[in-house]
Amino acid sequence: MAERRRGKLKIFMGYAAGVGKTYKMLEEAHELKSAGVDVVVGYFEPHGRRETITKAEGLEIVPRKKIDYRGTVFEEMDTDAILARSPQVCAVDEFPHTNVPGSERAKRWEDVEILLAAGIDVLTTMNIQHLESLNDQVFHISGVRVRETIPDWVVEKADEVVMVDLTPRALLHRLQRGVVYEREKAERALQNFFRESTLVALRELALRQAAHEVGQRLENADQAAGGEGAFPVRKHHKILVLVTADPKTAMLIRRARRVSDFTDAECFAVAVQPGADLAQLPQPEREALERHLNFARNLHIETRILDSEDVAGALVDFARRNQVTQIYLSRPRAKTWFPALSKDPTQKIIELAKDMQIVIVSDREPRAQ
Amino acid sequence: MVSDFRRKTPEELLREAQAEERAARKGHLKLFLGYASGVGKSFRMLDEARRRRERGQDVVVGAVQPKAPPEVEGLLRKLEVVPLKMVDGGAAIDVEAILRRRPTVCLIDGLAYNNPPGLRNATRWQDVQDLLNAGIKVIASVNVQYIAELADQVEAITGKRAAETVPMSFIKSADEIEIVDAPPEEPMERSPEEQIEVQKREQRLGRLRELALVLAADVVDHQLNEYLEQHGIRQHFGAHERILVCITPRANLQAMLAEAKAAAESFHGELIVAYVKQPNISKADQSALEARLAIANAAGAHVEILEGDDPARALLEFARSRGVTQLFVGHSQRTGLARLCASPLDKLIWEGHGMDVRIFPQ
Repeated sequence: MAERRRGKLKIFMGYAAGVGKTYKMLEEAHELKSAGVDVVVGYFEPHGRRETITKAEGLEIVPRKKIDYRGTVFEEMDTDAILARSPQVCAVDEFPHTNVPGSERAKRWEDVEILLAAGIDVLTTMNIQHLESLNDQVFHISGVRVRETIPDWVVEKADEVVMVDLTPRALLHRLQRGVVYEREKAERALQNFFRESTLVALRELALRQAAHEVGQRLENADQAAGGEGAFPVRKHHKILVLVTADPKTAMLIRRARRVSDFTDAECFAVAVQPGADLAQLPQPEREALERHLNFARNLHIETRILDSEDVAGALVDFARRNQVTQIYLSRPRAKTWFPALSKDPTQKIIELAKDMQIVIVSDREPRAQ
Repeated sequence: MVSDFRRKTPEELLREAQAEERAARKGHLKLFLGYASGVGKSFRMLDEARRRRERGQDVVVGAVQPKAPPEVEGLLRKLEVVPLKMVDGGAAIDVEAILRRRPTVCLIDGLAYNNPPGLRNATRWQDVQDLLNAGIKVIASVNVQYIAELADQVEAITGKRAAETVPMSFIKSADEIEIVDAPPEEPMERSPEEQIEVQKREQRLGRLRELALVLAADVVDHQLNEYLEQHGIRQHFGAHERILVCITPRANLQAMLAEAKAAAESFHGELIVAYVKQPNISKADQSALEARLAIANAAGAHVEILEGDDPARALLEFARSRGVTQLFVGHSQRTGLARLCASPLDKLIWEGHGMDVRIFPQ
């Protein structure tokens, strides 16, 4: 059998609920349908919005799958039913959604991956705040720690990212008129994500991300066509992240991932342990380290555990041998009178690696209210 | 925390001037920004006009595009149109007729037109300014190709310069801006010979699209800063990457500037260069510093000169006021016993909350 063409993925990107992503996606489904394309809706979330519900009329909707979890019935997208139906195009709302436990796959984007692999084109929706590498920045802007995230490489693989824009003022009007949420929920929403300054900042992030996605695809297309790209080839960067049990490591990894994506750098993450063996560590520390290494791998960062008792020495040595251009570290935990004598690995590495670039990554805490 | 005595930056002064200008004019300006014809700007605008009318607002259309697709024609039939005024040598919006009609909202599809000679204003955007001053709310559309300040960038992409333009200050004075984004449409059938042309066209349109998205983000950033200032919030969100390169006598400035430029370009960000004036520095340091300032000037960088007894603190205060997200500094050069004590660099590392500190070899 001939190898199947992979389906194309188009993401409608917004910055808040109610900007019109689902509406836009369904509108495109209608356009495709009237052009004679076989299109179905795999999942859509009406949120009780009249305009959206009306927009779904006239489209074939694949019934959802019911999943029983601890006595409550949840509904999820029925990936197998869509595969059996085998349409040309499938519209799937809420790309970053986490499936209820007991589902075949943990994340909706993994279900979408199955559809794409089967040659089905997918239209989907997401908000900027769900992008993994922006998690700390979104926390800084909104005070909300978003739990449902999508690794950046999943978005990068999409064929198209389209910005669905609406001004915050228009969005707030819609919210006040009860178009987006029912009254009580709307009032709660106005307290956090829907504060005007938060909306404006999230919107700016979404616009910049969309510009980046467009630019990236043009570079890729140009290089594939044998061109040199619009920019001269830059000096090649290699970013190295120090992974420890410190909870700040996740933030470090996200920032390193984001910077390496934007600057076309390679990214590695290493931990340093005597015997390269995590088993000797106390359980909470071991678990934290493993979690951080896994997190890096999920973001497509290569990881390694170095065998040494000297964290700073081993890291700098590894960096020199591998032509690393920048070492990513978190801020030292405390001020000291004699930084040069400090045992803090960050202080020690700065002392040891005066011939290298070191990046101390900032904490991105929520702003004061 | 709040330092009221610091000098205002040009950007802050511009924002203040614009805020005053906006307060003086009574109307409200909303812009739809696109990057090519056919992305659906006209439809989006007229659809908004239709919804406003359904909500009972008094809406008229003051200008339409000469060639309208059928779905736009359909919307136009439901709206009141004040026709363009035909004058020798061209058409212009009929400002007098619109002012007599006094609608709440007036739609102007296509902002970048020069008026025929002999009219009250030379350009259409100035006509719109008159409508705004008269208290009419204006919704208008414009493509990124027609922004005067972007002409060089547009020419680099398309090889063409628009003859009719709108100044950036007018775009930034908008109360609201919305981008109409859509990927360029792919032609259905293509022969191998056409393939190359199609690819070139896609590259051109794609670059314009990227430019439009960045412009929208810049306008939004401008509005966000304005909002924060008005509400007395001295804090930045870091949605826009801003890189501050700090000049010191021993800094390897060429390398730092090259990397900072590349990073700013990758992030569509802003590059800022500064140094902190030191009272008692040695002759050698002074001449080293001057050599570096010359390098920065030769690279076309504007250098901000800061003052303060505590250099780290002066730098951090300035960085915060400008919403810096990445601070580029050199490694500490202390030797002997002095290196045991905390250096200005240590201070930057400990206290540089909200920004990454990137330390360069000297």
